[in-house]
Amino acid sequence: MIKFDRVSKRYPNGKDALRRIHFELPAGQLTFLTGHSGAGKSTLLKLIMMIERPTQGQVFVEGQNLNGFSTRQVPFLRRKIGMVHQNHQLLFDRSVFDNVALPLVIAGFARADIGKRVRAALDKVGLLSKEKLNPIMLSGGEQQRVGIARAVVNKPPLLLADEPTGNLDPALSAEIMDLFHDFARVGVAVLIATHDLSLIARHRHRLLTLREGRLIHDGEDDDHGA
Amino acid sequence: MAPNSPRARRPAGARSARTSLGDRLRAWRHHHRDSLRDALVRMRAAPSSALMTVLVIAIALALPAGLAVLLDNARVITKGWDGNAHLSVFLEMDVDESRQQRLADDWAGFDTVKRTEVITRAQALDEFKAMSGFGEVLEALPDNPLPPLIVVYPDNAAPGQVEALQTRLNALPEVDNAQLDVAWVRRLHAIIELGDRLIGVLTLGLAAAVVLVVVNTIRLAIESRREEIVVIKIVGGTDGFVRRPFLYSGFCFGFAGGVLSLVLVGTALWWLGGPIDELLNLYESEHSLTGMSPSTVLVLPLFSGTLGLLGAWLAVSRHLGDVEPQF
Repeated sequence: MIKFDRVSKRYPNGKDALRRIHFELPAGQLTFLTGHSGAGKSTLLKLIMMIERPTQGQVFVEGQNLNGFSTRQVPFLRRKIGMVHQNHQLLFDRSVFDNVALPLVIAGFARADIGKRVRAALDKVGLLSKEKLNPIMLSGGEQQRVGIARAVVNKPPLLLADEPTGNLDPALSAEIMDLFHDFARVGVAVLIATHDLSLIARHRHRLLTLREGRLIHDGEDDDHGA
Repeated sequence: MAPNSPRARRPAGARSARTSLGDRLRAWRHHHRDSLRDALVRMRAAPSSALMTVLVIAIALALPAGLAVLLDNARVITKGWDGNAHLSVFLEMDVDESRQQRLADDWAGFDTVKRTEVITRAQALDEFKAMSGFGEVLEALPDNPLPPLIVVYPDNAAPGQVEALQTRLNALPEVDNAQLDVAWVRRLHAIIELGDRLIGVLTLGLAAAVVLVVVNTIRLAIESRREEIVVIKIVGGTDGFVRRPFLYSGFCFGFAGGVLSLVLVGTALWWLGGPIDELLNLYESEHSLTGMSPSTVLVLPLFSGTLGLLGAWLAVSRHLGDVEPQF
């Protein structure tokens, strides 16, 4: 689903954010990406989202080399990627329903279809009854679930999450993680960037660890105890 | 994805949702409609600042539009004045009446001359007495001081031709002075033409001002909708999708400003109409103040809307790139 082929990223200020990163994420796998802040997690996500381009090497999404994508094609790549943010990135000038519907409106779905899909996504995250509310009236955990519903509403093959449980207590974090597991189970490649070690410890999953732009660990998190 | 991975071919469920071309076309149309509605809703949501922008645009456009109307009127009124251009050719005092008549007949034969009219010294005196009220003063003079006069009506009033005729007649020994009576009309026309140019320059300058006002308004709108733009970009909105509401906004501001400028010009003309008609009556003109032509009424809001669109486009292409998703 995602493949990094000896990818390096150097920012114009000379900072090497990533150095020869090489890994592959298959469909249906949930993977943690960890490392201290500044280790390169954000840069790695940005390369997948094509917010940045690599200085060297190639990134593949669904077998397509992103180096071959023009700027105009970037939006169409992003439609294949669901993105969950730590701060939810919800819009408070519209209802929960409209927030979740946004990717479908952009992709040009028929109205009737949009209603069905949005309700299915909200049902999945347990917020069907709140579709008419403004997200500002929801709790932090609920807002995060709206964000997840929006990320998965058009059934992307790839789900990225940037500190998705950052502001949540352990019980809520567990709920969120359950959702991610469900998506992985139906074949979505899920990549969760976090430095929440307790979250990683509670789940046995593949773990990618970055340090100063290098991938220093790739495997089951046996040796990364709590 | 690795093509030979056993997980590469998973059952449905996670297959990316697809849309048909028809759906996408319909969605595109809907988005245009929604963008327009969104633009109007946002104008209504902040009526005072929207009204400010619209007023600035309206005033900027009303100025050249109003002047153009006045100038058009001036042009129509003075058009007829040029038609009866004629030369008053004063002859030397010693030219007698028969000689005067022969000259008049001669000149009438020129191909640039339509006809001539003889006014003898005696006729001139009578006319002058009747018109001026100086009859008694003239009686007191020993001689008739008025020279013999031939009025020459040129074939057409093209400026160059009339002037050529004037020069030709002035060169004749019998002629004291051939005077063109419409010089001031010419000057007036030159002034009107100059006014035309000035309005052109004014329009250019103020159109640029309108564009800049819209650029600024849309720049602020982009700033205040930064989060929304970021989210739209993250979930795969094209630049066109992001741009569209702002372009509609710009067009709406321009269009509303154009309509309001029509109202301003209309009001001003109504206000000035009475006094101007009165003035025209004093000059015995049957003309009365005409308002804006239907084509102006149609074109001005569209022109203004286009300026708004241009402003929005500039703002969007300048500032939208600044708004990029960050983690």
